[in-house]
Order: sequence, then C-alpha cells, then structure tokens
Amino acid sequence: MTDKIGNVWIFIEQEGGKIADVSLELVCKGRELADRLKVKTEAVIIGNNLTESIDPLFHYGCDNVFLIESPVLEPFTVLPFAEVLVKLLKQHRPNIFLVGASLKGRELAPRVASSMLAGLTADCTDLQIDDFADKINKKSYNNKLMQIRPAFGGNIIATIVNTWQDPQMVTVREGVMKMTEPDMSRKGKITKIKPEISVESQVVNVLKRVSEEKSVDLKKAQILVSGGYGVGSKENFKQIYNLADALGADVGASRAAVDAGWIDHDRQVGQTGVTVRPKLYIACGISGSVQHRAGMDESSKIIAIDTDPEAPIFGVAHYGIVGNLNEVIPKMIKAFKAKV
Amino acid sequence: MKRQLIVFVKQVPDTKNISGEAMTPEGTVNRAALPAIFNPEDLNAIELGLELKDRYGYKVIVATMGPPNASEVLRQSLYMGADETILITDRAFAGADTLATSYALSCCAKTVGEYDLILCGRQAIDGDTAQVGPQLAEKLNIPQICYVEEVIEIEKKKIKARRSIEGGFEMLEAPLPVLLSVVDVNEPRPPAARKIMKFKKAKTRTELLSSHGNASYMDAGQLIEEENRLRKKNLWIHEWNAAKINADIERIGLKGSPTKVKKIENVVLTASDVVSVDPTDQGIGRLIHELIEDHTLG
Repeated sequence: MTDKIGNVWIFIEQEGGKIADVSLELVCKGRELADRLKVKTEAVIIGNNLTESIDPLFHYGCDNVFLIESPVLEPFTVLPFAEVLVKLLKQHRPNIFLVGASLKGRELAPRVASSMLAGLTADCTDLQIDDFADKINKKSYNNKLMQIRPAFGGNIIATIVNTWQDPQMVTVREGVMKMTEPDMSRKGKITKIKPEISVESQVVNVLKRVSEEKSVDLKKAQILVSGGYGVGSKENFKQIYNLADALGADVGASRAAVDAGWIDHDRQVGQTGVTVRPKLYIACGISGSVQHRAGMDESSKIIAIDTDPEAPIFGVAHYGIVGNLNEVIPKMIKAFKAKV
Repeated sequence: MKRQLIVFVKQVPDTKNISGEAMTPEGTVNRAALPAIFNPEDLNAIELGLELKDRYGYKVIVATMGPPNASEVLRQSLYMGADETILITDRAFAGADTLATSYALSCCAKTVGEYDLILCGRQAIDGDTAQVGPQLAEKLNIPQICYVEEVIEIEKKKIKARRSIEGGFEMLEAPLPVLLSVVDVNEPRPPAARKIMKFKKAKTRTELLSSHGNASYMDAGQLIEEENRLRKKNLWIHEWNAAKINADIERIGLKGSPTKVKKIENVVLTASDVVSVDPTDQGIGRLIHELIEDHTLG
C-alpha cells in the first residue's frame, strides 16, 4: 500500500471519430475522482485517424490522452482492443479505470478485467471514494472506489469494492453521470503509442456493418410523455402521442409497453433503456417498477397518471392523478390549449 | 467423435415479477420468497444450440453452476432437447463474483474437452452484468461474439453470425471454437410432452441418494445398480465438484472474487409529498396553470 497511487483512466469510445457522450460524462466524473485522490485524469482512445477528435477530452478534464491508432483497430472488434488495453494497463497500473456500459463497453471491459484479474462492477449508478474495512479478511484499505449499483432487478443497492490489485474497474451507463461545463481553454498532453497487435487477436473479421442513425434521443428531451402497460393497446398509444404533440414533448415508454410491441425499444426509459432527467416527465399508465423509476426519478417534475392509487409510480411523483388516462389526457390537452 | 457445443445456463430468482407476497411490510423484497426460474436469455441460448443441433448434428451439452436444486433447469433443458447435462456444484463455489464464476465455468468446459461452441445468454436477470460470457471466453482463450441474433453458417471450422451493435447490426466471421452470447431474438421451444415423461426421472447422484432416504453403505450395491440403469437410459445428470473440474481452490468462490460487497441497502419506496390532482377539468386546469406559471410548460 506504500506504492504511489495510480491515475484515473477513462476508456474513450468512438465511432467514426465521434466520441460517445458516455465517455465525456465519465471524463467529468473521472476528473472529480482524480481531484479527490490528487492524481491525474487520463484517457485511452483507440481506433484510426483520431487526432481531430481529441480536444474535447481536454476541455472536459483530461490531463493526458493515450492515442492508439492503426488500420487494424477500425472498425471496433473486441480482441485487438482488449490486447491494447491490457498491455497499457499492465504497464501503467492506473488506480481506477472507467468504461461506458454501452454494447461495446460491456463486451470489452469484462474481457480486459478477466485478463487483468481485476474486479469489475457493471452499471454503476454512483462512484465515491471511501475507506473499506474487510472484516472477514481483517484487512483495511484507504481511498478505495465505492462502486454503487442496483442489483437484484433494482430491488437492492449494493456498494462494491475491488480488493485485488488495481485497476478498480467499473462500467457506467450513458446519462447516469452528469456532464460538467467544458473549459474550452484547457489543454493537455497527447501520448501516442504504436500498437503491436498479435495475429491471434485478428481472427475475427467484420464482413458487413449496417448502422442506422438513431432516430430518437430521449436524453435531450425537455418534456417527456411516457406510456406503460396501463395504456392498454397499441391503438390507445395514440393518446400518448396526442399529449406529446400538444405539449411539444417527446414520447417515451416503459419496458412493458416495449415488450408488448406498442413502441420501439429506443424509446424505453429505465434501467435497461435510457436514463432521462427532463424538466417534466409525465408517466401514463406506468405502475413504476424499480427498473423504470431508476431511469426517470431525477426528472425535475413528475406527473403520474394511473388508475391504481397504490401504484409505486406515485411514490416518486410530484403530482398524482388517479384516473383513466383516456379521460385525463384529453382534459390536459384542452386545459393546456386554453392557457396558451 | 460427434461435434459438441456447451450451453451455460443459470437458475435465477424471478426479479422481474415481484408479487405482493415477496414484499416485506417494510417495503423491501424478501428474496427467499421469490420463485427460482430459468434465466430468460439462457433459454434463447439453448434454443440456438438446439437449432444448431438440427442443422449440423451437434451434441448439445447444458451445464449450470449452482446449489443442488439447480438441477431443475437441467431437467427443463432435457425437456427441450438437450443431450447431456452437468450440474457444477460445490460449497467452495459459493460467493463467487463474475471472475470466479467464469473461472469455474472455464474449468468445466476444459473438463468436457472438445467443443466447437460455447453458448450463453447475454446476461442473467439477478445481476444484469453480462460479464460472465466475455470473461469465460477470455479464460478459455477463445474469441467471443456477443449479442448474437442469428448464426448464418458454420463451415470449415468457421462461423458466420449476425449480432446487434449500437444502432444496427454486424456480420462477423470467427474461427471455432468460439463463445456466443445470445440475445432475446428467437422463440425458445416449449418442452416436449414425451420428453417430460421420460426426463422427469433424470437425477443427480445427490438426488438418487436422497430418494433412498438416509442411504447407508448397506445400499451401495443397489445404488450403483440404479445409477448404471439411469446412465444407460440417459437419465443421469452429472454432478461435478471443484475437484472433478480441477479448479484451483484459490480462484473459486469468495476467495477467488476480487470484488467484495461493502454494503447492501434495500430499496424502500420513499414517501414523497405527492400532490394529488383531481381528474376533473378544474383539477387538471389548475395543474396545467401551475406548470405554465413556473415555466415547466409553454
């Protein structure tokens, strides 16, 4: 424990040079943790032709960016990325390594952690620095990363600590950590590293890639009207769209409504969907499972409409309307149109 | 030898459908009251395995790590069409995090020996981590294809598969052996009535012993005879402990887990100061007025 403490690292996910929001959010959180530990904030970005993409990483708080470029590293495949990361991690032994819990991050981080024999906690909703006394093994640790995540379908919140050798690795979903204001004058160092990628890591070929631009981005919505299983049918979901249209809002949904096939998965709010914090969230016919609440309970104002007065959604709502949404929604539209 | 594939599955508490009975008066979940179910995406993995059995003649081996009664998911696998099942069970595995779990599963796969494919569901609903698949692939030093939607073909020791990526999909080609993590895209076949009739009698050694009550060495001959009869009829669920799979005791269970749980808090619904709004024109009118006044709306 007398060793010099390592830095805080962030894996920077990019697609065609565009940096993922979750990575910038993690740079902000990483900076906060690094300041607390009095160490540096460093990022690793892997791909090809990325020089143009790096400045925002400094603006959001990085001191140093490891830049690893090679034609072999574009497009993303997990094995060469894992090989590059494992080599770097072994060489520099950062204290903390943060990875976005995107599809890429969720297949890359475990592969890397397994190779490093490092603990990995998925989908953390909060990260703090604290001491840890391991009573079972009678050992105590200073300034460890508290990895806080919901588990058991969101019914419990667990605080997890990695007690083995650093790095302490976690993944975090997009939208969970807040982005701070960038400082456009901030500058940092770029450390270019020439990768050596083994033949064994190049055995998986991408034959074809079809990407469709995401049509919706619920995270940016100011007002969100969401429908759940209580909406009743796909036909009736029009009510949700009508209200959203009238209020200038976007449309979201609970998992139950998505599973029922009434609406696309990219509009799902909750633990396995998008985390949102609009200024107004209107939950229509959503009972409010813990998974759903985890994705919306930080909204500035929440209105819940449901026929069941005992529905858990009322526990997080600021305004509760117990009633049939087929009657309530038209009244809301009428009232709104009358006022503006 | 017939080509083999291994499907790793998990028995999980049903965290998605928490009924009133499973809630304590304090508003937290009583975990013991939750029914144990087949992890949903593992059923998709079995279905894919059985499809590959139909297409390429694979022998489908289904394995799970868990307590003795996790044998139930193995019987359910047999009802669907699995050829052989393995229960990895030992007190020494208890308390394993994903790293220790993937190590134990890798020991099981090595004990099985030959395989072209390892299949698993993307993630289990009790933890939702999706970590064990990629970690198992790393431990076995084989490539991984995560979020598989469809296997296009297997030919000349290579597989072509379609998998989902952020906002689209990708066709990947990888050499065998490979690990596939499977998402909820196919329709897992229901158990076949004929197979239920046959395989409900399938047993592990522990179950055979307990079916004989407090079996003593006096029964040894009879037990061996019965075990042989079950094996012959393909009604034997292998029960493998840490020693059988050559697992390093330092790398399994709590000992082999780098992550420690510091604290567990139950999620309790916080009583909030919810403003009750009448579902009338007046009530809703006042609410809308208030939201426009404070610039939330308009």
